[in-house]
Amino acid sequence: MAKVKVSKKSTRIDMTAMCDVAFLLLSFFIMTATAKQPEPKVVDTPASTVLDKLPEEGVATITIGDKSVFFTIPGKELRRETLKRISGIYKVPFTEQEYETFSNMEGFGVPLNQLKGLLKLGVNERNAEGLQKGIPYDSVNNQLRDWIKEAREANKTLLNERIQSGELEPTAFKDLDIAIKGDAKEEYPTVKRVIDILQDQKKNRFFLVTGLRNENF
Amino acid sequence: MAELNTGGDGGKGGKVRSKKMNPGVDLTAMVDLAFLLITFFMLTTTLSKPQSMPLAMPDKDPEKKIEDNTKIPEERLMTILIGSNNRVLWYMGKFDTPTIPPTETVFGKNGIRKDLLKNVKLGKTLAAKDGKPDQGLVVNIKASDKASYKNLVDMLDEMAITDPQLYAIGDITPGEIDLLKKTGLY
Repeated sequence: MAKVKVSKKSTRIDMTAMCDVAFLLLSFFIMTATAKQPEPKVVDTPASTVLDKLPEEGVATITIGDKSVFFTIPGKELRRETLKRISGIYKVPFTEQEYETFSNMEGFGVPLNQLKGLLKLGVNERNAEGLQKGIPYDSVNNQLRDWIKEAREANKTLLNERIQSGELEPTAFKDLDIAIKGDAKEEYPTVKRVIDILQDQKKNRFFLVTGLRNENF
Repeated sequence: MAELNTGGDGGKGGKVRSKKMNPGVDLTAMVDLAFLLITFFMLTTTLSKPQSMPLAMPDKDPEKKIEDNTKIPEERLMTILIGSNNRVLWYMGKFDTPTIPPTETVFGKNGIRKDLLKNVKLGKTLAAKDGKPDQGLVVNIKASDKASYKNLVDMLDEMAITDPQLYAIGDITPGEIDLLKKTGLY
């Protein structure tokens, strides 16, 4: 009987094309990436049909979920300046190290007397769920109002400085934009309270952060 | 697996034979690495920027005089009350003497939107009769304490879809809460 000759084929495949595609995708993702910032409170925003995008920069965000309120100030300089002002009002001194940590911290939600403790923690510990209980916003101890007010004032000062030094055109001046990022299940009175705080300081225009949906709901 | 031969043959005199090198480099490891990185970047990226809804509230200044308040024609005023469990009550005109009595409805395209579209049309005709063709329906949204934030956004969304002349978020009055209680929506 004749032997059936099994032809010995190479098991190797040419990976060049695959490698090319992989790196192409990789470059795309690296270029379009903006790293997800760790948030102290993750909320599920309600959906809307409005197609406006949130401005990419310079928006202070008030996050509302489970009756607690968190505040995110945009930009390192602005955070530092705001903390300086808050420190002046509440007579709480901060060290240079603490200013540095705060200016690198995105959002936070603790009463001022716990802020020092929060600044000592590492990034991962800080954003552990349930650690930050929210900024007080009741009428007796309305720290949220002061944070918003001082952030707006600080923004004004910083912009004016940059305009005077000729870095920016005078037309670039604008008030700090504020967005409310509320959880869909949040009760209305909490949101109303935050809107009232904004209205009390004559901030009548702001954004509501929403998801996207079509009109058939 | 790797097949990149580099060594010569010792070079012990004799003919220098240029060795035929295999130009194929094994790319498996490189592809592995590339896909690992792709996965990492895909998972850590937020590709879609969040949407936003601009909201303008009326000026609230306790010292400001109310003399420049423009009167809103009552027959074109629609009040929407948001109760508990996503239920809605609306009426046209004044609270005491509504031109369309309070009607219960739900959210969505088969609920409040139908009523809103009808009333927007009605508002336009009424305004045209008044000799103000550029005006129309005015909506006042009043959410009760039992409403959720989603309800408010849904209602603002309906405003964006049905496009009345003007809409505002107002404070609910005790009388209206009583009305919601009576109809079992609170």
